[in-house]
Amino acid sequence: MLGEISRMAAPASNQIVGTPVLRKEGVAKVRGSAQYVDDLELPEMLHGATVRSTIARGRIRSITFDPSIAWGEYIIVTSRDIPGKNTIVHLFEDHLCLADDLVSHVAEPILLLAHADKAKLPAAAAAVKIEYEPLPAVFTIEESESRQTAIWGEDNTFKTYLMEKGDPDSVWATADYIVEGEYTTGAQEQLYIENNGCIAEWSDTEGVTVYGSMQCPYYLHHALMLAFDLPADKCRVVQTETGGAFGGKEDFPSVIGTHAALLAKKSGRPVKIIYDRGEDMASTTKRHPSRTRHRTAVSKDGKLLGAEIEFAIDGGAYCTLSPVVLSRGTIHAGGCYFWPNLRVRSKAMATNIPPHGAFRGFGAPQSLFALERHMDKIARVVGISGEELRRRNFLHPGNHTATGQLVADPIDMNAMLDRVLSASDFHAKQARFVETNRRSPIQRGVGLASFMHGAGFTGSGERRLNSLVKLEADAQGRIVLLVSSAEFGQGTNTILCQVAAQALQIPYEQVLIAQPDTHRVPNSGPTVASRTAMIVGKLVQTACENLLATLRESGLLEEQHSAAQFCHACIAHREQHGSLTGEARYQSPGDIFWDDDKYKGDAYPAFAWAHYVAEVAVDTRTYQATCEGFWAIQEVGKVLHPTLAAGQIEGGVAQGIGYALYERCEYKDGHLRNNQMTNYIMPTGADLPPIHVLFEEIPSIHGAFGAKGIGELPMDGPAPAILNAIYSAIGIDFDAIPLLPEDIFARMMRQSSGGSEDLKPEEAGPYYSRSAPQDEGLEVPA
Amino acid sequence: MSIVSFSVNGEQRTLDVPPMRRLLDVLREELRLTGTKEGCGEGECGSCSILMNGELVNSCLVPALHAEGATIRTVEGMADEARLHPIQQCFLEKGGAQCGICTPGMLLATEHLLAKYPNPTDEQIREGLAGNLCRCTGYMRIFEAVREAASLHPSKAQLA
Repeated sequence: MLGEISRMAAPASNQIVGTPVLRKEGVAKVRGSAQYVDDLELPEMLHGATVRSTIARGRIRSITFDPSIAWGEYIIVTSRDIPGKNTIVHLFEDHLCLADDLVSHVAEPILLLAHADKAKLPAAAAAVKIEYEPLPAVFTIEESESRQTAIWGEDNTFKTYLMEKGDPDSVWATADYIVEGEYTTGAQEQLYIENNGCIAEWSDTEGVTVYGSMQCPYYLHHALMLAFDLPADKCRVVQTETGGAFGGKEDFPSVIGTHAALLAKKSGRPVKIIYDRGEDMASTTKRHPSRTRHRTAVSKDGKLLGAEIEFAIDGGAYCTLSPVVLSRGTIHAGGCYFWPNLRVRSKAMATNIPPHGAFRGFGAPQSLFALERHMDKIARVVGISGEELRRRNFLHPGNHTATGQLVADPIDMNAMLDRVLSASDFHAKQARFVETNRRSPIQRGVGLASFMHGAGFTGSGERRLNSLVKLEADAQGRIVLLVSSAEFGQGTNTILCQVAAQALQIPYEQVLIAQPDTHRVPNSGPTVASRTAMIVGKLVQTACENLLATLRESGLLEEQHSAAQFCHACIAHREQHGSLTGEARYQSPGDIFWDDDKYKGDAYPAFAWAHYVAEVAVDTRTYQATCEGFWAIQEVGKVLHPTLAAGQIEGGVAQGIGYALYERCEYKDGHLRNNQMTNYIMPTGADLPPIHVLFEEIPSIHGAFGAKGIGELPMDGPAPAILNAIYSAIGIDFDAIPLLPEDIFARMMRQSSGGSEDLKPEEAGPYYSRSAPQDEGLEVPA
Repeated sequence: MSIVSFSVNGEQRTLDVPPMRRLLDVLREELRLTGTKEGCGEGECGSCSILMNGELVNSCLVPALHAEGATIRTVEGMADEARLHPIQQCFLEKGGAQCGICTPGMLLATEHLLAKYPNPTDEQIREGLAGNLCRCTGYMRIFEAVREAASLHPSKAQLA
């Protein structure tokens, strides 16, 4: 009977890219036999725990060990046990591996413990008494930029950018309207269901080996080399099956992996550190909170003339990846519109909150939330619909983006918008809800957001990464992909094998992918930035072509071949030469230029483009806003795998709905107060609407078989679309997310008319027409 | 320590364990049934879902002593050596598993749901799986997998 339902298992034709082949590691996952790091046990293994700061900022005065604990049974590691530099290297070396004098955030690691009995660790960790001399701390962007308390460098600033196009100073005198607004977004927890974890081993001859849940084995590899002062060949990192990541396992595994390795070195035994949920949420990275200020010059016919945008993010206590997050947020701040004149100033500020880090979208969801809310407000000032304002200002082929990048793809934003408005029945619903809202306590609305998302590393990033991909034939004539790109649910294993199978014209089943292990796979770059399908996929394709050329040059393979002939040729080549390999290294396309100093040029090899529509219902009795329908159209180049691609969009939209309506990090004195799934609420299946996914496919020359990046895109659109829909439902502008029932309640209580807002600056809040004083209207709604 | 005896996936097991030890830890560490996952440790995420006497429970909230005499089914009991259970096959084909960490709990929640409602409505599916969190899929493909499993002949989708 099972045979009946395995009908999809094998693709029939030689077209593999674009078909729903089965996920490579899928059988192990549904059997429950896939090995995640906490499923591994090594002989003689100890368990590790972390002793953390309990204050946001201060000097360590003393560390004492309560005599009630038999400390002789424990391995204890402090900063003095670090053989190399006391740093977790990301972009800079400011991030301490273990605090030794100054602590800069709550839950900062100070000391590590290991014991064979996991159950004996919590009491011991609690019995390490640390006294501090508290210092003043900074918790918000505003406190940080006031510089009243210096906490990082000279000015509390990790990074600033200035992005300019045209002459933005020239537009204000001639504008028909000037529209201002301020928008804020909160921290968001990645909330992968598998917490962070690693196992480390030490050998005096082989060096250090770390197994763990991660996106970027070579990031941890680099961190280990510095902390242990070891050469590359004495550090080895192996990615284990990874239970979700979303950016939360991009930079953080460098911390926990180095910690486990320090305990392993000191004990001489394998050490496993697995965080529980509370520790993971309290101490690991989150999405950067942000504040965006817009000042836009518009003509009376709804043309964007120019704008000043100020974008600020809260980086937390250490720099980590904040400059790169800021960069992506800055470049996306002007969105998918043609700006004759634009200036974006941006800054990443230090606070005494645990460091913020990578999370799907990487700065773009923040600045695009602001822009797409602001577009709806501009439309109302001009007196046209949000849809119409967008249509009058979309980027078209031949235009240049805010960084001066030519839009080369034949993208048609208007046609895509038509399609999603029709699929969602947008106009009819708008009209119908005006009627039904008169009679019901449940107020409904529809909202729109338009945007694009750059695929691959920003600017010169890919050139610097210099990624390498290798392939080898095994003894059965199958091809094994050797890449450092990690599978963590998004489908890396599957799509890269599809690309190779298609390029080699062999069945998908005849291509395997190696477990990412820095002793075996080359550095094909980190698994981030929507770069895997496009950049690494293209390298896999090229490496396959190189391998085919090798076989053809040696006379073992004809131009046209069957799968069996290919297999025999691989085996014959191995017999003659001992091995058969192919490789490809990233070469920057000749037509892509980026100037880091001027912040101009081709920011990304390609953009994906999208329009998202949200339908919401606001219950004016409970103040709960619920997303009741969602339509997502996107142009992502060639869709390599329809099921996985739609799954990426749906999952990203769900996270975006959570970002907008459910997920709030509550901090008090730098402590995350709700570090539990009980009180940090992510959407369940019962909370989410049907998510309708539509694709447009314009193959890109830069990606494997025309693919572009897809992973981060769906995070950008839901929040602004939902808040635009809420305005449409209840006539209130909300400019901050997350937006929970208590926020809606507080705001509706303030409304004398119980809902509708007009455009008078004193009532409307954070926007005004040019007649109003310029420094008013920047207040954020409570 | 207490002697606790229960059946897991058809096999009778007797263990000497601390009575308040989480059943989750007993399964994972004593019996090495690591398909049952820990996500939150407080009964919110459902990654540690198992069937105990036919009921769906969070094994992180069940003390070992509570399992005395119980019949327990974990993900390891669903497939045999050669073949996947139809529910597993549907999750595999429909994209119901991405990172895979919620999958074992989701599969058992689905089995429980289909035993209760062989032809569930969309609302029953949404409610029935609402105790199992998935951060990857947005649930759409999980629901599709459940509908597909339900559409097969009932004898195929119910408890094996």
